[in-house]
Amino acid sequence: MMTTNVDTSRSAAGLEISDLRVTFRAPGRRAVERTLLHDVALTLEPGKISGVAGESGSGKTMTGLAVLGLLPAGARATGSIRYDGRELLQADARSMSRIRGRHVAMIFQDPSTSLHPMLRIGTQLTDHMRRHLGIGRKAAYERARELLEMVSIDDAAGALEKYPHQFSGGMRQRIAIAIALACDPRVVIADEPTTALDVTVQAGVLRLLRRLCDELDVAMMLVTHDLGVMSAIADDVTVMRRGEIVESGPRFDVLTAPQHPYTRELIASLPGNRIADPLEHDAASAQEEDA
Amino acid sequence: MSGAMLQIDDLHVTYRTFGKPDFAAVRGVSLQVAPGEVVGLVGESGCGKSTIARTVCGLEKPSGGELRFRGTPVKPLGVRRRAESQSRIQMVFQDPYNSLNPRRTVGSQISDGIALGRRLGGGNATVNDWLDRVGLLPEHAESYPHSFSGGQRQRIAIARSLAANPELLIADEPISALDASLQAQIADMMRRLVQDSGAGMLFISHDLAVVRLIADRILVMRKGLIVEEGPTEQVWTEPQNPYTQLLLASIPLPDGRGTLPGAPELEAKVAEMTAAIPTEG
Repeated sequence: MMTTNVDTSRSAAGLEISDLRVTFRAPGRRAVERTLLHDVALTLEPGKISGVAGESGSGKTMTGLAVLGLLPAGARATGSIRYDGRELLQADARSMSRIRGRHVAMIFQDPSTSLHPMLRIGTQLTDHMRRHLGIGRKAAYERARELLEMVSIDDAAGALEKYPHQFSGGMRQRIAIAIALACDPRVVIADEPTTALDVTVQAGVLRLLRRLCDELDVAMMLVTHDLGVMSAIADDVTVMRRGEIVESGPRFDVLTAPQHPYTRELIASLPGNRIADPLEHDAASAQEEDA
Repeated sequence: MSGAMLQIDDLHVTYRTFGKPDFAAVRGVSLQVAPGEVVGLVGESGCGKSTIARTVCGLEKPSGGELRFRGTPVKPLGVRRRAESQSRIQMVFQDPYNSLNPRRTVGSQISDGIALGRRLGGGNATVNDWLDRVGLLPEHAESYPHSFSGGQRQRIAIARSLAANPELLIADEPISALDASLQAQIADMMRRLVQDSGAGMLFISHDLAVVRLIADRILVMRKGLIVEEGPTEQVWTEPQNPYTQLLLASIPLPDGRGTLPGAPELEAKVAEMTAAIPTEG
């Protein structure tokens, strides 16, 4: 599938996925090979949020994991994932671990499991910085403090000494975002970053993601099943179903004039588009007045 | 409100943990549910909405206030068998992965509900009828819960609780574990089934956008208190409390326009309000 990307000089710093195919074979002799992703193509551009929508099992998370080389055992990926002139699918474990966290970072769904419960925030925020950037402890802590300020955490210096359980869900997700951004990655994969959060907290995190993407010019892939979230911050939307892309295009076009029947179905199932029979509602409220 | 089936007056529930200050999860909540009425209880995590659900079906003990179902106080569940009349309160839990018995077939779990429903004077619907009502097939009766998707399991849990012929259904976040595209559909189905049976429903959710579709009245909770209450359309279109206004402003709209959700100016106001409420009981 072609994306309408004209500015090729910029896309070099982003990420280009083409013909990505992931097959999975469970252990055991009788297991059959299943195809989880069919020819997925996606371009992530700097300063843009590319949304990937779909229901559970549609392959949206699998696409993100393939980029980071984190596919489960038994899964095999073919095709191409190009980052900065390098082919990530061909990269060996060593060079992949140099890219992962440094150039391509991930924000996971649930901050209460993605943070280590027994390490201080300061440790979790500086470990990978010291390794990837080769900076000293002091410099890393200084940057960690700036990062926490950037994601709007009060008393950043004090927060570095605390443990994850001392923060609320929304604050933990902000910390997870700070960790992902610590090494100044060019590509960020955010997998359902606000699904575990309350709606008022989600609003704050969405604003933060949009601001960071604009300010730091990172290419972001936003995986979510929530078309509301998609509409709020994504620039482009790709809709997936059963491991295949069914539709992709600019946010406004996909959400207001969907071409594929599946996208139309997804949009029609949104709460706002399914107002219950108005007569039924009137009858119910009339009954209530009687009571 | 003499017509109310469930009558809660000034309910307090406090959790006591040794070595920690008491935590007042619910601090003076009054609400009623009338037969045939769907009441939506909305709030964010930690506001006490699930505690209310658990107290109504006897899983938590109130530390103050009154809780009456058809005029008789609801007794907390204990070692003794509960009066059967109180089995007319049924519950649908949030996570259908934990609320169904993994070692029994779906059919036998639904027949438990049917057996109880018959004793309570329910109709003579069969397992197949119930499967059909929630959009499943007769052959599903022989399968075990693990072979179903989350949405299907929640349908099974709903069928089981409604088969017991309840007069009051408590639904504690019944749709939040489901795919977005299924949420409105399942909520809709619950409203229809509950209304067909003439029961009342207390529908608890954090998602105002979905509750709005099925509730006759909405109650908004924050830190153990009800901050706003009113007919659904009124709460949705003219919210009075700043917290309700913030909740509404935070819902991201799928209009494709890239509008960032939230309202920073309201946030400050709500934070101020919240700070004024103590957490210790």
